[in-house]
Amino acid sequence: MGRYVIRRLLQMIPVFIGTTLLIFLMVNVMGDPTAALCGDKACDPATQAALREQFHLDKPLVQQYLIYLGNIFQGDFGTAFNGDSVSDLMLRAYPVTIKLTFVAIVFEIVIGIGLGVITGLRRGKPIDTGVLVLTLVVISVPTFVTGLVAQLLFGMQWGIVKPSVAYEAPLSELILPGLVLASVSLAYVTRLTRTSVAENARSDYVRTAVAKGLPRRRIIWRHLLRNSLIPVVTFIGTDIGALMGGAIVTERIFNIRGVGYQLYQGILHQSSPTVVGFVTVLVIVFLLANLIVDLLYAVLDPRIRYA
Amino acid sequence: MPEPVTPVTVEAQLTPGAPEGGGAEGPARSLWSDAWRSLRRNPVFIVSALIILFLVIVAIWPQLLASGDPNDCDLAHGQDTSSSGHPFGYDAQGCDVYTRTVYGARASITVGVCATAGVALLGGILGALAGFFGRWADALLSRVADIFFGIPVILGGLVLLSVVTSTTVWPVVGFIVLLGWPQISRIARGSVITVKENDYVHAARTLGASNSRILLRHILPNAIAPVIVVATIALGTYIALEATLSFLGVGLKPPAVSWGIDISNAAPYIRNAPHMLLYPAGALALTVLAFIMLGDAVRDALDPKLR
Amino acid sequence: MRLGLRTGALAAALVLAVPWLASCGATATESGVVRAKWGDPQNPLEPANTNEVNGGKVLDMIFRGLKLYNPDTAEPEYAVAKSISSDDAQNFKVTLKDGWKFADGTKVTSQSFVDAWNYAAYLPNAQIGADFFGYIDGYDKVHPDKGKPTAKKLSGLKVVDDTHFTVKLNQKFSLFPDMLGYAAFSPLPKKFFTDHDAWLEKPFGNGPYEVTDYERGGRMKLRLNDQYNGTKPRNKGVDLLVYTDDNTAYTDVVAGQLDVTDAVPAEQLSNLHKDIDNRYINTPAGIIQTLMFPMYDKEWATADALKVRRGISLAINREQITDKIFQKTRIPAKDWTSPVLRDEGGYNPDICGDRCEYNPKKAKQLIDEGGGFPGGRLVLSYNADTGNHKQWIDAICNSVNRVMGNSKACVGNPVGTFADFRTQIQSGKFSGPFRSGWQMDYPLIQNFLQPVYTTGAPSNDGKWSDKRFDALINKANADPDPKSAIKDFQDSERILAEQLPAIPLWYQNGTAVYGTRVHDVKLNPFSVPVFEEMTVND
Repeated sequence: MGRYVIRRLLQMIPVFIGTTLLIFLMVNVMGDPTAALCGDKACDPATQAALREQFHLDKPLVQQYLIYLGNIFQGDFGTAFNGDSVSDLMLRAYPVTIKLTFVAIVFEIVIGIGLGVITGLRRGKPIDTGVLVLTLVVISVPTFVTGLVAQLLFGMQWGIVKPSVAYEAPLSELILPGLVLASVSLAYVTRLTRTSVAENARSDYVRTAVAKGLPRRRIIWRHLLRNSLIPVVTFIGTDIGALMGGAIVTERIFNIRGVGYQLYQGILHQSSPTVVGFVTVLVIVFLLANLIVDLLYAVLDPRIRYA
Repeated sequence: MPEPVTPVTVEAQLTPGAPEGGGAEGPARSLWSDAWRSLRRNPVFIVSALIILFLVIVAIWPQLLASGDPNDCDLAHGQDTSSSGHPFGYDAQGCDVYTRTVYGARASITVGVCATAGVALLGGILGALAGFFGRWADALLSRVADIFFGIPVILGGLVLLSVVTSTTVWPVVGFIVLLGWPQISRIARGSVITVKENDYVHAARTLGASNSRILLRHILPNAIAPVIVVATIALGTYIALEATLSFLGVGLKPPAVSWGIDISNAAPYIRNAPHMLLYPAGALALTVLAFIMLGDAVRDALDPKLR
Repeated sequence: MRLGLRTGALAAALVLAVPWLASCGATATESGVVRAKWGDPQNPLEPANTNEVNGGKVLDMIFRGLKLYNPDTAEPEYAVAKSISSDDAQNFKVTLKDGWKFADGTKVTSQSFVDAWNYAAYLPNAQIGADFFGYIDGYDKVHPDKGKPTAKKLSGLKVVDDTHFTVKLNQKFSLFPDMLGYAAFSPLPKKFFTDHDAWLEKPFGNGPYEVTDYERGGRMKLRLNDQYNGTKPRNKGVDLLVYTDDNTAYTDVVAGQLDVTDAVPAEQLSNLHKDIDNRYINTPAGIIQTLMFPMYDKEWATADALKVRRGISLAINREQITDKIFQKTRIPAKDWTSPVLRDEGGYNPDICGDRCEYNPKKAKQLIDEGGGFPGGRLVLSYNADTGNHKQWIDAICNSVNRVMGNSKACVGNPVGTFADFRTQIQSGKFSGPFRSGWQMDYPLIQNFLQPVYTTGAPSNDGKWSDKRFDALINKANADPDPKSAIKDFQDSERILAEQLPAIPLWYQNGTAVYGTRVHDVKLNPFSVPVFEEMTVND
């Protein structure tokens, strides 16, 4: 297993280089970011040239990339156009986003798997239909609206929570945003668990366990659920990355200045240091999450061994 | 104008992998024909097929249901609720919500169904190969998936779609497939990894079955359930994603009509004019419901334990 | 092993979770301090390097220039300057008042101004507001159009002594002193030059407030500057809190988490009475929105196209759009300036008059006479990333479509990013009209016309050129009598009304809502809250 993990970690190197290069090229293809710096007027050409020089945009693309890569190896992720260092931005944004993602994943695990097991065991019963209706609502109403309505009801109407999250983003204030963020993923987790549980409930080993007279709870937890979790775990693994980078809407509504927000701003302002820095860290998060998921496969199903 | 959705596209979505399984090998035919026989008798399938048929007809001939012009808007009626001749009321621009909901079906269903079919095929095949062969094939395909997964949708959209001048929905479909396959591929991979350790797979291998036969005959039917679940829910999110892209100016070119665009236009008015959101979101929910039911039925039909 | 892995993961999760759970401290509200909505500044907070409202808000609070615009009337009044005089509208003598100091206790002298202006104009400093100094003699040496600068300092600036300096312009410009309330002309302390990085960490100037704490991307705390020589603010300070969404800021004001927001989403305006009572401000600001035509495109520059341009102006139902979409936070425009200039300053709604009024019949007639829209379809370009322009662009198109009786006669063309939008404008890629707006830098009619419509001007995006117009602007600038100068400016505006290189759409108001804790809230003509006059009731 140790060798497998080391091999997987070594694979990060080509992925790192591939990602930085690809994202760097993509941001550069978008055009000249200095065009936006003077607002609704054209910068005079001399100033614009001076700005380009300041941000190394006057150099050939390959050279820009190498300068950037060289700086990364010295721990310097560059600066955004407003003079903020990207390392500082990441140090501020990632902890907040990790907390938010943590809350969302906890909701996915507790509510998603819970509802999935219940509906999987009671297919076609009223509770199954009820959860299906909720699923449809969550998919067809945009997060923007779910978030806004939650904010209005809990924050403004009933005053249970503050409508927006403070700068320090304490965990207690992230519960509502975390639920909103998790809502669409909840639909996936619930239905994946439901399908898996329903399928495995008819399998031989469950019948055997029932025939042996094992207590119902033990059958569900030890036999049924464990064997049903692989697709769910896979999904949650892919979702960690998606939640961290794609929480733009939720972060906006609750005024959380996390990764999604910074990444979005970076893209709109075409600040390649910001975008490349944030995406690279995100890709490393995917890789780690995927590695953990692969290791969990073996925990959940002993027949699976690391190749 | 987007090309009309033909029933054939839906059919392809309905039985993923059917052409390979049905055409290439003799014995495989019986599995799929078995499945088809049990499908036809399943009321869930019949209901979902009827809904989908209805939606497809609306997508092809919207004028059957609505006589107006979806882009004929009079601001004087902006946000008005239902009145005679305008059962769903008006949106913020004073367009008739009913007409727009009917006409929005074409773009939304084309994007949803085709992007889902593409993602499921591409992601499903690559994921199954990665899971089945393991080792370097897995390493290569999974790491490529990681890099693609790392591209932020907004950046990808602004870079790849802003250069497109086509006024059809196909660039959007292609874009969603390009960025969407890694998720399905991971689900398929995880599923195949579990299934390939089953006794019947080992038995088939010992009997000298070829790789393609094992994959198609033994693994695919047992591994497909999670892919179907994720794909049916993703269908709804892709329809919404089209709106995000259109809003950024890189999706469907104005004056396109789609549910996604109308939902995102209506979202800010949720407090004052919820009717603007209700109908397009309801249409989206109906579509997702039909495909979730269809997915359930197909999955049941493929499950040998049910026979 | 399996058990070990699981317990380990659980333990790790707990260890990680505990410190977060413990850190549930909310920020307490400080008594006497106003909490106001803010956004991340786009550029480092140097006075001549800031051209947007968030950075500008801070500069207004921490700096005082030679002049200050009256928050009610926009009238330029002396602040740090005792007098600015000239005999020939080209050579100006500036006299400073005594007793002004920066927050670090150093004196504000003539040198503070001259150094700041030289810094701003010097090309290698890449200040985006450098062109404001283009009137000063010697600008072409420190900021040449091409190549390296041949001088470091503007030859037109001469320090006489601590309280006197002279400014020589490279052309006659009688209204020059009235420009000097703009933030780019602020004085700078020595520390700005000697320890630039430290200054940027915590910028300070000679204004009523100083920055005491700045958490980038989060909040800025401003407290009273003891050294301030003007009227003391009526509160103890201002906390600027960064909001990424206007609607969230609005909700926070309703819920009492925030005191003032100066950006109210139009969709919420119909909920005002139940959310906020009458704690709502909607006052004119120096912002006008227009549709600019690509006059660089031959098809738009013909005599027929003029008819089409006039037709389009008549086809837009401004009243209805400002009512329905903007809920009266914008006012149909009738000239190319702004009502905040008032009649004395040159605002005159008769200049566009009925050419800017909805007239569907005549509109269709004119467009048809002109041969229809060049290219067969009216395509309106805008940037989709900021500002929510889609709504009103769609509304304009629907208005035009109804006039033309064709639901596809006009379409919007969203462009993904503002940078791309600007690039396409600068390279002359748009073949149809595009969104254009002007927010005044200083309240002079000259500022609404010269930078936008003279030949080759930085914001003349349509590349329209008219010799008569340029001549009238030059004549007005050189006129030593401000009253007759304004007449000339208005005459030049009449050429705009005749040629319509851009259609006036509406004047944008400043809007704000505020909570129960604060009183005496108002917006200045730049739509920025007047923080010094706010009182807090704890």
